[in-house]
Amino acid sequence: MSYTLLILALPILMFLVLGLGGSKMKPAVAGLLGTLGLGVVAICSYAAAYQYFFEIGKVGEVYQKITAYNFEWLTFTDKLHIDLGIMLDPISVMMLVVISTVSLMVHIYSFGYMKGERGFQRYYALLSLFTFSMLGLVVAGNIFQMYIFWELVGVSSYSLIGFYYLKPSAIRASKKAFIVTRFADFFFLVGILLVSYFSGSFDFATLTDSNAEWVRTIGGASFLGISALSWGLMFIFMGGAGKSAMLPFHIWLPDAMEGPTPVSALIHAATMVVAGVFLVARLFPIYVFGAPEVLTIISYVGAITALFAAVVACTQTDIKRVLAFSTISQIAYMITALGVSGYGGHDGLGYMASMFHLFTHAFFKALLFLGAGAVIHAVHSNEMADMGGLKKYLPITHITFLIACLAIAGIPPFSGFFSKDEILVAAFHHDKIVFCILYFVAGLTAFYMFRLYYRIFWGENEKHYHHEPHEGGLNVMTFPLIFLGLLTLVTGFIPFSEFITSDGAAFHTHIDWLIAPLSVGVGVVGIAIATILYRKHNEKPDKIAVSLNGFYVAVSRKFYFDEVWLFVTKKVIFNNISRPIAWFDRHVIDGFMNMWAYVSNWTSSKIKGIQSGVTQDYSWAFIVGALVIVVLSVWALLV
Amino acid sequence: MDFLSLFVIVPVLMLVAFLPCKNIKQVRTVAVIGSSVLLILSFVLLFMFLAERNAGNTAEMLFTADYLWYPALNIHYSVGVDGISVVMLLLSSIIVFTGTFASWNINPLPKDFFMWLILLSIGVFGFFISIDLFTMLLFYEVALIPMYLLIGLWGTGRKEYSAMKLTLMLMGGSAFLILGILGIYFNSAADGGALTFNLLEIGKVHIPIEMQRIFFPLTFVGFGVLGAMFPFHTWSPDGHASAPTAVSMLHAGVLMKLGGYGCFRIALSLMPDAAHEQAWIFLLLTGISVVYGAFGAIHQTDLKYINAYSSVSHCGLVLFALLMLNETATTGAIMQMLSHGLMTALFFALIGMIYGRTHTRDIREMQGLMRIMPFLSVCYVIAGLASLGLPGLSGFVAEMTIFVGSFAHDDLFHRILTIVAVSSIVITAVYILRVVGKILYGEVQDKHHLELTDAVWYEKVSVVGLIVCVAAMGCFPGWISDIIRGSLGGLTALFN
Repeated sequence: MSYTLLILALPILMFLVLGLGGSKMKPAVAGLLGTLGLGVVAICSYAAAYQYFFEIGKVGEVYQKITAYNFEWLTFTDKLHIDLGIMLDPISVMMLVVISTVSLMVHIYSFGYMKGERGFQRYYALLSLFTFSMLGLVVAGNIFQMYIFWELVGVSSYSLIGFYYLKPSAIRASKKAFIVTRFADFFFLVGILLVSYFSGSFDFATLTDSNAEWVRTIGGASFLGISALSWGLMFIFMGGAGKSAMLPFHIWLPDAMEGPTPVSALIHAATMVVAGVFLVARLFPIYVFGAPEVLTIISYVGAITALFAAVVACTQTDIKRVLAFSTISQIAYMITALGVSGYGGHDGLGYMASMFHLFTHAFFKALLFLGAGAVIHAVHSNEMADMGGLKKYLPITHITFLIACLAIAGIPPFSGFFSKDEILVAAFHHDKIVFCILYFVAGLTAFYMFRLYYRIFWGENEKHYHHEPHEGGLNVMTFPLIFLGLLTLVTGFIPFSEFITSDGAAFHTHIDWLIAPLSVGVGVVGIAIATILYRKHNEKPDKIAVSLNGFYVAVSRKFYFDEVWLFVTKKVIFNNISRPIAWFDRHVIDGFMNMWAYVSNWTSSKIKGIQSGVTQDYSWAFIVGALVIVVLSVWALLV
Repeated sequence: MDFLSLFVIVPVLMLVAFLPCKNIKQVRTVAVIGSSVLLILSFVLLFMFLAERNAGNTAEMLFTADYLWYPALNIHYSVGVDGISVVMLLLSSIIVFTGTFASWNINPLPKDFFMWLILLSIGVFGFFISIDLFTMLLFYEVALIPMYLLIGLWGTGRKEYSAMKLTLMLMGGSAFLILGILGIYFNSAADGGALTFNLLEIGKVHIPIEMQRIFFPLTFVGFGVLGAMFPFHTWSPDGHASAPTAVSMLHAGVLMKLGGYGCFRIALSLMPDAAHEQAWIFLLLTGISVVYGAFGAIHQTDLKYINAYSSVSHCGLVLFALLMLNETATTGAIMQMLSHGLMTALFFALIGMIYGRTHTRDIREMQGLMRIMPFLSVCYVIAGLASLGLPGLSGFVAEMTIFVGSFAHDDLFHRILTIVAVSSIVITAVYILRVVGKILYGEVQDKHHLELTDAVWYEKVSVVGLIVCVAAMGCFPGWISDIIRGSLGGLTALFN
């Protein structure tokens, strides 16, 4: 399987070539080079997936972890060392397929979207860097390699959000995204230190081995009454929550929409934001066996985030922000699914459902973002108020967007239905409260997505556009939409539980006839309400908003999370910690040093008068000194 | 004539060669040739060292040479290197080389400037090759004194004040140091034999614990002042802010490493018992340095002040890791010295270049530099990313080695301190991104800045050279870490 090395080598090579030599290339050449490189990566990924799932992955009835490539990169101690390599197992192979497909589509799409932009070459270089980091993250065979690529993903996301570096809002957003996720990464790193200290290894093979010696020994160590393992896994989850934008770390994601829209599709919808889900899935056995209470926390964090984000999404008017909150909500769905999952066979339904939803969501959410990009490209605005009646101008975008909306709303036979259904089933059997929240969120999702859909494509046919919006048939921007639309139609029918399960052994799933009609029903209700309110422009939505008054304002201000964070960073850290420290340093510590200098100076100026140069003074001193010596000697002799 | 002494002889020859120079061109020629020779020498030394080790030579110090210098006190000129000194020499010669290019247009009195600079580097090189305490101290002082003149004459801002402050504070440290070293000397022969300054011989005797208790803190604080340990760090912001570019580079890049190196080689290695007893006090102080420096940096507005406080934080991590007293953390500390040396030199070089164009270092007066000088700006971003510990650049590997090593203690005290130190990675991100966002991005505010130009070739040599080193260390850290770890085998008393 040595060709899998190409999957990592090509993108980083492209990054170096385009990054160093890009300015000397024509934009089209740079773009083509990047896209071709990624095409090869995609082919390699598909080949690896085929080979893994159908030829070599299965030993007995169970999918194994296969190390395709590995070398020791940095040694800490005899036991602890960072290896870099490629590990294939069901979820990493699935992620390879997802990442390379979406990334390829985004590469193609960007040809049209970014055409004529300043820094086109830089854009493609950064896309390659991101793809490299993300691929490296998913194939990591040890947690430290994952952390390394985790950080690289963070930086490439930072530079892509801040791609329009002349725009103050983009600069702020990129900074915010990096610092918030860095803050979460701090916990991740502490978690790694803690867990690896007890396990004596960074290897996933050792870490997820629930029978290992270290799981028993760590049980004894505890801090504040909670076992060290729980602390460690909790910290690691917090790292994941940062990247996956769970409460309260979610604040960076809506702002990240300042980046170019294709970037949002790739990074902030389909790939990077699921890193946290992937992380928990990767360490899943140890969560189940070592710290089930952490898993319960995870399920509640997920459920609350899903609800929160869905409610906020109903009030946003920037179409990319609506999509951003819907992403947060859907990722929270995946996190919750992991939280309510058990291990092995049917107990592991939540795990399988989570991965399934990750898979289907990646395609339809990428489609939604690319569609939104097409809309923004056509009307030059992000605001819903500037849109309406676009279905006749942008037919391909319209149809594909509708498909994606139906998928996310959970309407059969679109892919989202199947994966969401499995999550609801898993939640239903595990925790009724979580199920109720998720069920309500499913309805809300259908509502806000169709609110978005109607406000973009329906209503106000008479709307006047300065330039008539157009999309121009099949081209680089519409092809990815069609392709992803097709994927959204078919991916739901993949028998996922045959391939990806918590313990690697296949099991059979079927549609649960109790849950499925309920979930479709709530989706239909959500769509119906949206249709009544938004299909034609009318006064009803405003009236409802007014009647909800304070609550509506709180929701539209995203429950003031941004304000709280701003307060903490600006007021607390900058003004109440950093400023006093700077002052203390200059005036107290340094003042102390200056005081020494001052005291020396002062003393010296006071006593320098003794050296007056006047002979009489010296003779006085001489006589007094001599007398003192005489007196002392006499006194010494007498006593 | 031994190989190591070339590191002192070449700079001395350079000093002689500077004398007849008539104009800046000749001065540059001598400086470039000399520093290139030093760079080549240090690479040759690295390969010779690796070859010896591969050939199975396990002596503690290699390429040793010894000349009796002052018999009455048994002072020798005695040289030798282990893996740690080899990499420190490599670092020094890289910084001297790139520093030469960074001070291409130094004005006024280029000849005198370079002479003092090279004199300073004699001190640095001599310190790293010596294994005789007295000779080390001698070179140490040689490295400190030129700093006064370099800052006082070629500096900017409140240069006289800063030069005076820096020199006096470091001299204060030296006073402690001399006491400490004399203490070691007079206890170097427990059985009444001949007293010695030789590191290797002192390493074999056991200094009585009562004596260690007195002289360990003196030596550690003495070197700690140079390593910018809280609360003796305040010379650093003022000194760096006033110093000319190459001096800041050399000072933050190499001279501050003398502090860490001295702490390790003299204070910790020779007096391990007291180190174990007293480590907690200094751990607290250096732990404060790490976080305090980072918070201090957030509030600064002068680029050099930001970087100086950042150095307090990063160098604090060096001493912090050394005091963890285990092999991994110590390896990390040495790597952090290298990493910090390279990236902080890069920072100061870039700041110098930006200052040379905009004539301001105040971040409130600059904006949108990316548009005007893309090369320097991208390099600044890379330096920033190295500083905040991006994988693939040097900061990451060093910090991770430190954190993993420091966390390997059983007790809560060390672990909690480690977690506190780890939190610096977040604070670092805050001040780095704040600066980058403020001065590089956005629209250009000052109309005059629009006429500024990007880097020229000699500046590029300096900057690219450093970036290559930072990236090389970040991508291939294994061999450096192996060299360093290979030199820690003999320190069982310290790492028990």
